[in-house]
Amino acid sequence: MLTVRPSRHLSPGPYPRLVAAGFRQQSAYRLAALAGLVANTTFGFLKVALLLATVEAAGGELRGYDVGTMSAYVWLSQGLLGSVNLYGRSEMAERIRTGDVVVDFLRPLDVHAAAVATEVGRGLFALLPRGVPSVLVGALVVGMTMPTTPGPYLLGAVSVLLGITVSAATAYLVAATGFWLVETRGVALLYMVVAGFLAGLYVPIGIFPAPLFWLATATPFPAMLMYPVDVLSGRVDGLASVGLVAAQLGWLLVVGALGQLMTRRGRRRLEVQGG
Amino acid sequence: MAEPHGSALAPYRAVLASRIRSQASYRTSFGLDLGSSLLVGLTELAEVAVLFTSVSAIGGFDLAAMLLVFGLADLCFSVADMVVGHCDNLPEYVRTGRLDVFYLRPQPLLLQLVTSDISLRRLARALVGLVALVVGLVVNDVTWGFEAAGLLLVAVVSGVATFAALFVWAGGLQFFLVNGSEMTNAFVYGGRYAATQPGTVWGRPLVVVFGFFFPMAFTAYLPAATLLGLDTFAGLPAWAGWLAPVAAVWAWVAAGLSWRTGVRHYQGAGG
Amino acid sequence: MTSHIIETSGLTRAFRVREGMKRRTVVAVDDLSLRVEAGEAVGYIGANGAGKSTTIKMLCGILVPTSGEVRTCGLRPVADRRRLAREIGVVFGQRSQLWWDLPTRESFSLLAAIHRLSPADAEQRREELVERLELREFLGTPVRQLSLGQRMRAEVAAALLHRPRLVVLDEPTIGLDVLSKQRLREFLVTERRDHGTTLLLTTHDMGDVERLCDRVVLVDRGRTVHDGSLAALSRTVGAQRVMTVDLASPTPSLPLPDGTTHLGEEGHGLRHRIAFDPERVTAAAVLAAVSAVAEVLDLSIEEPDVEDVVRRVYQARR
Repeated sequence: MLTVRPSRHLSPGPYPRLVAAGFRQQSAYRLAALAGLVANTTFGFLKVALLLATVEAAGGELRGYDVGTMSAYVWLSQGLLGSVNLYGRSEMAERIRTGDVVVDFLRPLDVHAAAVATEVGRGLFALLPRGVPSVLVGALVVGMTMPTTPGPYLLGAVSVLLGITVSAATAYLVAATGFWLVETRGVALLYMVVAGFLAGLYVPIGIFPAPLFWLATATPFPAMLMYPVDVLSGRVDGLASVGLVAAQLGWLLVVGALGQLMTRRGRRRLEVQGG
Repeated sequence: MAEPHGSALAPYRAVLASRIRSQASYRTSFGLDLGSSLLVGLTELAEVAVLFTSVSAIGGFDLAAMLLVFGLADLCFSVADMVVGHCDNLPEYVRTGRLDVFYLRPQPLLLQLVTSDISLRRLARALVGLVALVVGLVVNDVTWGFEAAGLLLVAVVSGVATFAALFVWAGGLQFFLVNGSEMTNAFVYGGRYAATQPGTVWGRPLVVVFGFFFPMAFTAYLPAATLLGLDTFAGLPAWAGWLAPVAAVWAWVAAGLSWRTGVRHYQGAGG
Repeated sequence: MTSHIIETSGLTRAFRVREGMKRRTVVAVDDLSLRVEAGEAVGYIGANGAGKSTTIKMLCGILVPTSGEVRTCGLRPVADRRRLAREIGVVFGQRSQLWWDLPTRESFSLLAAIHRLSPADAEQRREELVERLELREFLGTPVRQLSLGQRMRAEVAAALLHRPRLVVLDEPTIGLDVLSKQRLREFLVTERRDHGTTLLLTTHDMGDVERLCDRVVLVDRGRTVHDGSLAALSRTVGAQRVMTVDLASPTPSLPLPDGTTHLGEEGHGLRHRIAFDPERVTAAAVLAAVSAVAEVLDLSIEEPDVEDVVRRVYQARR
């Protein structure tokens, strides 16, 4: 029986190259990237319209958000939307569905880490054509309030990277259900809607009523989008922002461990079934 | 060659009936789908409703009115999704060559695509929309009568038609995009999101895009406004909700154009 | 209105292909002028990428020609596609006309409804096809569970259900075992004889061509290189078969008749490879000549493949 051991060396191994490969893969789809950007900014305008009206209806201040910071939330979250995987679909899901994943298990790579690394690369690439323009459009057309010190930006960058990684790792879990379920489309759709909502995609979770807020923070979803946006926009700063980043790290460990477990079990299931 | 037998609709009926039969036989996963559809519907309701825990009205609409708008939009969207939602498989059909098989049959391509499948599982989401709609009607001060009932009927039929057109519109674009599914999602689900918003919060550009170009406002918001006697936007008259069929017709014209352009591209006409 | 089932003149199809940063124009079909009469059986052969599938797509109305004219069954394929669909049947080797998750018989019912056949007509035709193609045993099996041979037979039946005047088969025997190929070929021969159906067959397999077609059109890189009978092609090419004989005891030299070429031997004459032109000398004659001087333990005969033939056509022209 063939056993695959992850590399025991301290070097990162092939994973950075996988990140780079994920990066390059995306550059082939230029037209789709443009289409995505257009869709992104349109969605942003819709969100901004609704949320700013809400802020105004609340008298100009809503749970700590004013027009400027609300706009910042909208555009930062839209910018990150292309990089953070909130739709639950991934290349891995397809590979499991078609059975190609069997080939992956034969390679001297940790399948889980490799899949996540590729997805992270894809996400990082999307920051260029989707992330930056979305924020720029927002800043220029609508205007938004952003921090003036470098701190939030530096920590924010870390937080964004963590957010992308947590989302990639969680999307992997969705894909991994494919080892047991025949049809993962239903799961993916459910994931897309629920994850988006709890990650603060439609409405910042700061505006949720208390029970819903606690429900959201008990899931890894805010760590994907809300926390990076909060840190980057400076809405949460100082020690509290470090706390958010720490929470992201914690979720990454949890989701990562779960991913490892599911991969191992899933692989055993494949072997039992005969692939 | 013998003359065609039977009605021209028989081919479509036969295929649809076959799909319905084969789906109704999948009992266990159907239940699961129903449950998750319900959850999806509830979450989408929460997206809108959650704002009203902080404010009492947005754009002149209170929670009760928003419920009506949401119900109408979601019901129409879910039904359209059930009937033509499978059109987002078009990239796969193109890639695997399944689309070519449609060319060998004596029916129009688009009609074949539209009737090639039906997703019964989306019925559950339609239920959520229906319940929200009914609650919205009950909770609001709706003066009942022929007019109200007529407006509702017109709105639902037009809304379904408009959303269906959106799917086909997106489908036509698929012929040009390599990795099209993300684009369709944005198109279609973004449209649904816009449909649940009160148009009064939109600035001029959004009014043009989602009020008239992709006429999402006519699927739910404007009929609701007319029904409840609330303000409309962009100088539209109070009875603008009755114009929903016009919006549906326009949406289908645009969808047809998009489809034709896409097919021509696929066939290599014009390079 | 002509009596030609297929008529093309100057048919050309070019594609723009993007390779990295550059764009290139690939001419898949180049100035094809083809006429097929009703009832003919034409083998349309060529190597991969020679433009066969592209031509078929243009004949069916799936692709628009870049220039030139095409008429199928007297109709314009793109403009009159729906009328044309009633007159032609197509079997794509790679694409399936059947419903994957449904029993085979249900695919036939659906197709009967799609082509709007009268129930009596559909029933009779289906029975005939089921009988002739031996489909009865798996009529109730979902298509996705069929073996390739079974599926191809079902596909052929599906394409013929509405009694088309022209049947186009795109690589129908690819991947099939010898027995399945034979059954399929026999069926097509009978079908043609009984119903006068015109056959256009693209294939890689010269065996298909020999058994089924009375005319061969050979294409290479979009251009027609030969259009005529198979015999004519053989004459041009000096078509050769290669016979390999294993002998009981080493026999270094063999007396071979005219029309053969000795290609080589192994084991000091234990095994010989002999090329021969089947127009000039039969396999039996070669075998007889060899048997006269040695005991033959085993023999095998290779048929030329399409690439071979194409290569030799070019050589013959020089």
